[in-house]
Amino acid sequence: MGRFGYTLSKPRVIDYDANNRCIAEFIAAHEPTFNLCIECGGCAATCTAGNFTSFSLREMNILLKRGENSAPHEKIRRCMMCGKCILVCPRGVNTRNVIALAREAFMKFDRNERL
Amino acid sequence: MSNVVVIGAGVAGLEAAGQLALSGYKVTVAEKGEKIGGNLCNWHHLFPDRRNSEEVLNYLKKLVNKPDITILTGKEITNLSRKDGKIYLSFIKGDKLEADAVVIATGFDLFDSRPKEEYGYGLYDNVISSADLEKMYRNGEVRMKNGEIPEKIGFIHCVGSRDEKIGNLYCSKLCCVTAVKQAIEISEKINNIKAYCFYMDMRMSGVFYEELYREAQEKYGISFIRGKVSEISENIKGKLVVKAEDTLAGRPLKMELDMVVLMAGIEMSKSGEHLADNSSLRRGENRFFLPADNHFGNNVSNMKGVFYAGCCVGPMNITESISHARAAVNEVINYLRNIS
Repeated sequence: MGRFGYTLSKPRVIDYDANNRCIAEFIAAHEPTFNLCIECGGCAATCTAGNFTSFSLREMNILLKRGENSAPHEKIRRCMMCGKCILVCPRGVNTRNVIALAREAFMKFDRNERL
Repeated sequence: MSNVVVIGAGVAGLEAAGQLALSGYKVTVAEKGEKIGGNLCNWHHLFPDRRNSEEVLNYLKKLVNKPDITILTGKEITNLSRKDGKIYLSFIKGDKLEADAVVIATGFDLFDSRPKEEYGYGLYDNVISSADLEKMYRNGEVRMKNGEIPEKIGFIHCVGSRDEKIGNLYCSKLCCVTAVKQAIEISEKINNIKAYCFYMDMRMSGVFYEELYREAQEKYGISFIRGKVSEISENIKGKLVVKAEDTLAGRPLKMELDMVVLMAGIEMSKSGEHLADNSSLRRGENRFFLPADNHFGNNVSNMKGVFYAGCCVGPMNITESISHARAAVNEVINYLRNIS
C-alpha cells in the first residue's frame, strides 16, 4: 500500500476493557498513595529528567492506570530517583516509591512472573 | 400579630417557618406537594458526613410543629401582588391568602436528563439518575434492570450543568460531591464493584468535601477520569459503552459499564418560574430568582416585603439553605419592625 501513498492508522482509542492494568494494580497494592494522584503535574514540573527528556510522572501515572503500559515501560528508566517530586506533591503520593514499584513490576512482567 | 406566608415546605421553607414562629410570628406554609420536606425526601444519605436525611427531616418537622404554624399541602401559589402594605397570594385553584410578609422558598427541580439524548436516559435500562440511585439505596439494594448486581458502574458529572446545549451555563455545585458520596456508598454495598467518575472539573467546594474525595481515591480505589462523556450506547451484550476523551492522557477512551448514573444538575423549580413570571419578580440569566444585591441583599426581592430563602436563588447545600433561611427571617423581622 505504501506504493500508493496510503497508510493504516492504528486506533488511538484507549480500549479500557482490553487493556492490562496489572502494573498499576501492583503499584497501588504496595503503595496506596498512588491512587491519590489528581494529575496536577507538580511532579512533572519539578522533575529534572522531565526538563531534559519527555519523561513525566504525571503522564506515566495516568497511562499505567489505563493499562497503556508501553510508553511508561520505555521511559521509566529516565527517572534519576532524586525524589524532588515527593517534596512537591500536594496529595502526599510517595512518588519515588511509585517509580521503584513500577520498575519492579515491569521487571516481573518481562520475566512473566506473577504480579 | 403579623402574619407571614412561606411558599414551599422544603429545607429552607420549613427552617424559615420555624424560626419565624420562634420569633413570635404567625406563619402559614403553602406547599405544592402532598408532603413536606421537598427534595430532601428524595435523598437517602447526605454528603459529606453521610447523615441519614431523615434526621434532618425530623429536625425540621419538630421545628415546625408549633401552634403558630399552619401548613397547607397540595397548595401551589401562582401569583403575588402588593397593595397598601399587604401582600396578596393566589393559589392555583383560585383561593387567596393575605400576608404582611412573604418568604419564597420554592427550591429547585432536578434536571430531567432526557434532553441529553446522547446519554440515553429513558432509553437504556441501566442509565439512571442520581435521584434514582438514592431511591435504590433507600429500598436497600442496587440492581440492574434484569435483577443482576452491577460489577462496573460509571458516574457522569455535569449532566444539565455547565452545558450551553441545554441552556445551563452555571455549575450546580452539589453534584461532584454527590457522585463521590454515591461512588463510596456503592463500593461499600457491593463487594469488588469498580466505580468510575467522569468529570470535567472536580469542584469539591464545601467543608470536608475534598477529604471525602481523597477517601474515595485512597480507601475505595474509585477511579476518576477527566473527560466529558460524549455518548453512551448499548452493545450487543447489553452493556453500556461509554465514550470520552481521557483529557489527562490526551487520548480518546471507551469503556464497557453495567450501569451509568447521571449526576443531574439543579434547576430553578417550575413552580418558582411561574410564580416569578406571574408576579414580575426578577430572575437572573440562570433562571433563578435574582436577589436585590449579591452581598448585602441576597434574601431581598424586588417586591417590598417579599424575601428569598434557599435554592430558589441558586444551588445550595442543606447547610447553606438553613443559613440562608435564617438570614431571610432576619430580613423579615427587620422589615416588619420598620413598617409597624
